[in-house]
Amino acid sequence: MTVAVVQFGGSNCDRDAVRALSNLGIDARRVWHEDGLPADASGIVLPGGFSYGDYLRAGAMAARSPIMAEVREAAADGAPVLGVCNGAQIGCESGLTDGAFTTNRSARFQCEHATLRVENADTPWTRAYDEGEVISLPIAHGEGRFEIAPDRYERLEAEDRILFRYCDADGEVTEAANPNGSTGNVAGVLGERDTVAVLMPHPERATLPDLRAGTDGQGILSGFRVAD
Amino acid sequence: MTAYTATVTVRLKRGVLDPEAETTKRALERLGFELRGLRSVDRFEIDLDAADGGAAEERASEMAERLLANPTIHDYEVEVAEAE
Repeated sequence: MTVAVVQFGGSNCDRDAVRALSNLGIDARRVWHEDGLPADASGIVLPGGFSYGDYLRAGAMAARSPIMAEVREAAADGAPVLGVCNGAQIGCESGLTDGAFTTNRSARFQCEHATLRVENADTPWTRAYDEGEVISLPIAHGEGRFEIAPDRYERLEAEDRILFRYCDADGEVTEAANPNGSTGNVAGVLGERDTVAVLMPHPERATLPDLRAGTDGQGILSGFRVAD
Repeated sequence: MTAYTATVTVRLKRGVLDPEAETTKRALERLGFELRGLRSVDRFEIDLDAADGGAAEERASEMAERLLANPTIHDYEVEVAEAE
């Protein structure tokens, strides 16, 4: 039983994800996308990076690679799947989650700390937090603006599938606290099942205490414990 | 079979923010140009062989649906012409 961290050409957070998960006592290893999912995969991480050089659109190419058909199948069977940053873009491009992550309002790559409000604490990924809790995670993306049609956004809200929203230090969801112009300040969403989640911020960069970036990301990665 | 070139134009849906186009517009204004707006689009020129123009258009449309456009944020149009 191991969490498969899927490495595409251009992924660059795959090692970090393995290290962060291992640090939490969760067995994880990198899997080259062409090798397919291992039979003993108990969960899947789609890591950050710049798969396929962000050609066409961030995540577009990786989303159409053969391993993603296996990932969608595993997700439908209930395997936990977490997409982070480029992995979130891949998740949306492949239809694991609704919406799209596209060019930041600033048109710039932004690398900074963001504060997030936990919108739904009743999921494997947020069980460690309270609803409304404010956590801090690093973001590092040029295409993190969440876009979605208004009716589909309403559906996400109605079904409680918004996981995190960018907020200020007091937990207020304001325009000023929205780093990239995301619809509804959305930073992360759930798929059809709550075992599938994507988010732009990096929990694996806020998990190892030695990095001094906080450890608020541990709770998210602990979502893999359930299946472990 | 006839040789065709299908031109697929992919653009952001109306109302979806285009920060790159906004930045480009501001740069043009800095250069002293007057303009009311600017939109950027992606255009793909695809050479293919098909039984007729309808079949070529259908195939190019499926390419747009499945890869070239993201239906969440994009509209697209397809034009087909016999290759020169």
